[in-house]
Amino acid sequence: MNELSASSRITYRAVMVRPGVARRIRGLSDRTLAWLFITPTIVLLLAINIFPLLWTIYLSFTNYRANRANVPTIWLGADWYQSILTDPDIWAAMQVTAHFVIWTVVIETVVGFGLAYLIDKKFRGHGLWTTIILLPMMLSPAVVGNFWTFLYQPQIGLFNYMVAFFTGRDASSFQMLGDVTLSPWAIVIVDAWIWTPYVMLICLAGLRSIPDYIYEAAEVDRASKWRQFWSITLPMALPFIMLAVLFRGIENFKMFDMVNLLTGGGPGSTTEVASITLKRAAFESWRTGYSSAFAIILFVTVFGLANIYVKALNKVKSR
Amino acid sequence: MSLDATPSIPSRGLADRVLRRGPLEAGATMIIAAGVVMLMQPFSLTLYSWSFATTLFGTVMFTIVSKVRE
Repeated sequence: MNELSASSRITYRAVMVRPGVARRIRGLSDRTLAWLFITPTIVLLLAINIFPLLWTIYLSFTNYRANRANVPTIWLGADWYQSILTDPDIWAAMQVTAHFVIWTVVIETVVGFGLAYLIDKKFRGHGLWTTIILLPMMLSPAVVGNFWTFLYQPQIGLFNYMVAFFTGRDASSFQMLGDVTLSPWAIVIVDAWIWTPYVMLICLAGLRSIPDYIYEAAEVDRASKWRQFWSITLPMALPFIMLAVLFRGIENFKMFDMVNLLTGGGPGSTTEVASITLKRAAFESWRTGYSSAFAIILFVTVFGLANIYVKALNKVKSR
Repeated sequence: MSLDATPSIPSRGLADRVLRRGPLEAGATMIIAAGVVMLMQPFSLTLYSWSFATTLFGTVMFTIVSKVRE
């Protein structure tokens, strides 16, 4: 009785304190309430995502330099875009990026799918092996960058020692990070080492989504394992493989941290991917307007690819 | 009294068949992919110069056609 009266008193006070607000909230439609709840999130998104994007688009049409903010800004139109899209050096950086993207995606997809195919066979201890394979993916890029810098050391590095052991070459006769020919491959190897497990996970999800009765029907029809792989496994896992390819393609297109840690774009400009060129233009040459235009070009490319990625994702979801 | 066993199906014009989300999205996807290839190819500076315009056109087209009816 006492409890009831106490709760009634609290309710009564709550209503008495701000009766106007309570009545007003009760009178709101579901739609208005929904807007009230999501407005703070929308404001936050506008402030940290949309405004910087619009500001970058504006800066890409001006001569603004962040280290000379007091100098009056002049409207240049599409001059920076024209300059970037006719510059052979930027074109070369795009080709370095293409080399990096294509080889990492090919290696990660082939090895990742192979590993997923093996793990899917559910042999003894496959859980432990899955965990071990996933370990590189859990490391931070900064750690991986430093870790592989040591592994690539010509005198003390384990990688050079292993290559020397298998090929008979002198371990200190080649430098993975200092050689013009080898350095692009050095970053491909490191990226493949980190991200192959991720591709493996996506492919494994694809393989596990194939119903067993399809294989049983194929067995009844006396289809060979080879035929089952080409006619059932690969076509049914293909949307998942495409998803992994697109995701890794987009991620590697804007790769910065690992390349910066391993080679910094060198030797010369042999590993200077687009994001490294962008960083140099923005924070070494302080050409803010120019680098904004370059950033917008990269953004539109990534946004276009992301559209295709979302389309592929919806296709996988609808299965 | 006779019953018509084959109900008349309204024939769909070329515009109805083409102006649907599926083919338009596929077209936009192809244009975006072509733009990305043009950006990264090592053969022609002219193709590289037109890559951004192509990708931008494909992206805008994709954004618009994704609102078109199925």
